[in-house]
Amino acid sequence: MLLDVDAPPDRGMAVVASGLMRRFGGRKAVDSVSLELAPGECLALFGPNGAGKTTLLRMLGGQLKPTEGTVHLHGHQLPGEAATRHLIGLISHHTMLYAALTAYENVVFAAECHGRRNAQQSAMDALALLKVSDRADTPVRLLSRGLQQRVSIARALVHSPRLVLLDEPYTGLDETGARALTRALEQLLSVGATLVLVTHHLGEGLALATRASIMMNGSLVRTDLTPAGGFNSATYAQLYRSLTSQEGE
Amino acid sequence: MSPPRVVELSYTPPGFVRDALRVARKDLLIEFRTRSAFIAAAVFAVLSTAIFRFTWEQGRVSPLDLAPGVLWVIFTFSGILGLHRSFGVELADRALDAMMASPMSRESIFAGKALANLAFVCCVQALALPAVGLFFNLPAGQFWWGIAGVSLLAAIGLVAVGTLFAAITSNTRLAELLLPMLALPFFIPVVIPAAQVTSLLMNGRPFAETVDWIKLLAAFDIVFVAASTVAFPFTLEE
Repeated sequence: MLLDVDAPPDRGMAVVASGLMRRFGGRKAVDSVSLELAPGECLALFGPNGAGKTTLLRMLGGQLKPTEGTVHLHGHQLPGEAATRHLIGLISHHTMLYAALTAYENVVFAAECHGRRNAQQSAMDALALLKVSDRADTPVRLLSRGLQQRVSIARALVHSPRLVLLDEPYTGLDETGARALTRALEQLLSVGATLVLVTHHLGEGLALATRASIMMNGSLVRTDLTPAGGFNSATYAQLYRSLTSQEGE
Repeated sequence: MSPPRVVELSYTPPGFVRDALRVARKDLLIEFRTRSAFIAAAVFAVLSTAIFRFTWEQGRVSPLDLAPGVLWVIFTFSGILGLHRSFGVELADRALDAMMASPMSRESIFAGKALANLAFVCCVQALALPAVGLFFNLPAGQFWWGIAGVSLLAAIGLVAVGTLFAAITSNTRLAELLLPMLALPFFIPVVIPAAQVTSLLMNGRPFAETVDWIKLLAAFDIVFVAASTVAFPFTLEE
């Protein structure tokens, strides 16, 4: 299915956001944000509470309509047709799971919602990827917070999304869970998926990032491409603190 | 600059009916596992019947005159318990966000939710009908089939408009209070003809006398189902 053939040129970009602005009442939560991400890129988005990171993420996923501006995903404008929504995976600190259903049932439901032909096998593969297949038949309400988060990540990745939006995905994960998530995200990047990762933890964000942005008061105030050899977390943390403390004063 | 590129999307949607049935199956499975709404509705139905029975002054009012009103009061209020639960399970950990971000159409999500609610209301009705019959010592007879039929017909309208208002109120702090306040006025056009048909059938009147009320009920069903399906996607837009 080919959608939105009149879409503006995306020069092969996975995500093209232009002039995004979102107003809640009189307050601009996001203001004049434009960004382009190629397939295989991971944008780590940092910023203090209330900076507009989650609002921006929701607009990039088509869950929230921008007051102004547009988002194109692989050339298709969001919020778009069903096929466009199929390209997106959401991970948040909310697990988005049904507590009364088992881990397996939750992931199968997600796979079926995304029209996966072999939903059962896809679900088992996703649970295995997150190292939680041994708890597949356990109701989610009986799992620890960390295991619930791993099931939630399996739910988000079960349909092999092209754009994964992650809002504080490491919340509640233990070391094994965090490693499994990082490995799953690295695998996604290697097959050309695009990631947008919102987190307060600079180390985790910078480990995967191909570029890092700092957001304050609804705007991107600084964007850095990953230098050869990767970001130096300590240096970046210092930079982040100096920017956010200037704002606090 | 490389040429413009629009990636071809290979996704084929499963279809409206399959999506709706999947959502309904999921909701019913959750209710079957937890039974929280059904037990509350069942207890409400039986207790209300008992209260009506023991406040009923026998000899002054015939049970055949009182029972239709009792039945529809119970159906209306016990149904609301299930309707509220319908979106409560979605919001507990924002599962609705994942469902809304999936390729399923909003209309199929509404249809699935409404189907599950219809099954719930029918189960409560199946319990309340014999309870009212027993408590009010109503005679057995063929008319019960007619009452079952009109209950199902009315349940379609109640569930359609109730599911819509459950979605509207789900994100509010006072959802439990707002849902009945908003939904009950819209239940009236369904409940009045349904109660009239029930009364006529219980009093042994010929079926022909009920036809106009049934037509009115069917008309409201069609209007409510169509309007709610069209309006539902807007209730979840942000």
